[in-house]
Amino acid sequence: MTATVPVLDVGLVRAQFPILSTTAHGRPLVYLDSAATTQKPQSVVDRLTRYYERENANIHRGVYALSADATAMYDASRARIARFINAGSEREVIFTRGTTESVNLVAQAWGHATLRTGDEIVVTAMEHHSNIVPWQLVAAQRGAVVRAAPVNDAGELDLEGFRTLLGKRTRMVAVVHLSNALGTINPVKQVAELAHAAGALVLVDGAQSAAHLPIDVQDIGCDFFAFSGHKLFGPTGIGVLWGRESLLDRMPPWQGGGDMIGTVAVEGSTWAPLPAKFEAGTPHIAGAVGLHTAIDFLAGLDQGAVAAHEHDLLAYANERIGSIAGVRLIGTAREKASVLSFTVEGVHPHDLGTVLDADGICIRAGHHCAQPLMRRFGLVATARASFSVYNTRDDVDALAAGVAKAKRLLA
Amino acid sequence: MSSVSELYQSVILDHNRTPRNYGRLEGDARRARGYNPLCGDECTVWLKVEGDTLADVRFEGQGCAISKASASLMTMAVKGKPVAEVEALTERFHSLVTGRLTEAEQQALPARLQVFSNVAQFPVRVKCASMPWHTLKAALAGGDAPELVELK
Repeated sequence: MTATVPVLDVGLVRAQFPILSTTAHGRPLVYLDSAATTQKPQSVVDRLTRYYERENANIHRGVYALSADATAMYDASRARIARFINAGSEREVIFTRGTTESVNLVAQAWGHATLRTGDEIVVTAMEHHSNIVPWQLVAAQRGAVVRAAPVNDAGELDLEGFRTLLGKRTRMVAVVHLSNALGTINPVKQVAELAHAAGALVLVDGAQSAAHLPIDVQDIGCDFFAFSGHKLFGPTGIGVLWGRESLLDRMPPWQGGGDMIGTVAVEGSTWAPLPAKFEAGTPHIAGAVGLHTAIDFLAGLDQGAVAAHEHDLLAYANERIGSIAGVRLIGTAREKASVLSFTVEGVHPHDLGTVLDADGICIRAGHHCAQPLMRRFGLVATARASFSVYNTRDDVDALAAGVAKAKRLLA
Repeated sequence: MSSVSELYQSVILDHNRTPRNYGRLEGDARRARGYNPLCGDECTVWLKVEGDTLADVRFEGQGCAISKASASLMTMAVKGKPVAEVEALTERFHSLVTGRLTEAEQQALPARLQVFSNVAQFPVRVKCASMPWHTLKAALAGGDAPELVELK
């Protein structure tokens, strides 16, 4: 007996995204840049509006009901997120501005207190700049070294090469879960096992994976997991750092200010317990509330159907775009999701982007904030189409027609 | 927005496929490198000044059709011209691609530069067209030392 794969009603999904019925340059919008940011469902837009229209107050301060209610909503979002990623405790969920700030928080709060001269931080050659530069900053402050594990021709992490980089001085392994530039899914569970065996901690950059893969931080076995709300159907300016409670407890605060203190005296201060210790100042309350709704939106869909739909889209795009003469697919990993990165002979990615834009098709053209990876493939830039739950085969067909048009014009 | 065929005029496509004055100048040529950190595109300009004249100019680079054609057409427009005239032309080209020239001012430009007038309709592509000129300016100002032009 074979299990039936549930089918996603994409029309129903699309109807929830108002922007998808708008036009760009007089053409229906074909949005293929969800790896940069996803569009927002009506429920998230409405939630933000309702918050600002009827529920806005600062949190953790007021004695009045409005403030208490806002505090409860903020905390409810944290609880929802803890469930979404299977955190052991809500105290392990820290609100940040996004993945970038989450990585910087760990690099500074953990790294600055822990790293010694000669210590090593291992990243991979496929990291986004936001999982390289924060480590370089703290490495420069502490005399530590950043090393990058190699990537093979298919765009997969070279596990043997990674293993040889691990040593007595390795303190942190920072690895992307799902590559924004290639779509490669990294074996983060295996990476965590190897890193832990070498005595290092593990941070997983989940900026892309949170919207496309089931996330279970305990199953992955990492120590930190970072992701952004806006790539997950939520608002910009809100993101999450998950960390093991025992580690977060030992880390000094990163930013000082209101809300993160126990008591303050001019002679010295004490810190609030988790998670407040890492949330100085008034946070993006509406963002947290909106992210709660965004997670409810995603979780409300049949996860099997979403996975099957996204798998079908990528396979179709791979075939449809990959078979165009002169197209070279960049990143052909066996385990891959949601991203099609490619070059077209005789057509620079930016020119392709302009030609596609004129037909209402949005793609990303450039180095995708992954210059070491581009260099690895001998490229300056690629064109990238990235898919989400609301994309269709028609979108891929429009992209294929646009690539053909750009070739006729430019190649 | 103009149609893409107005942006990618045949002169631009021709110079993208077959850039003129492509390559290096040896010897004591001045050199400057232009780089757009947003897209990773780059352009290096070599030039020789004899007296008050820009005697020779060549370029190499990696970039889109707009930037490559702009560099190629730039070298043709400035080669053999008095330096003061080149500097004035640099300013006018920047005004052209940012849409700040009148019709009459546009028509006073060399014909081969007028093809870039539609770039102004594509704001995200303005830097592609102007980077070679920024680099030329740096090479003229920088003497013998290489100079990095970081465009924001």
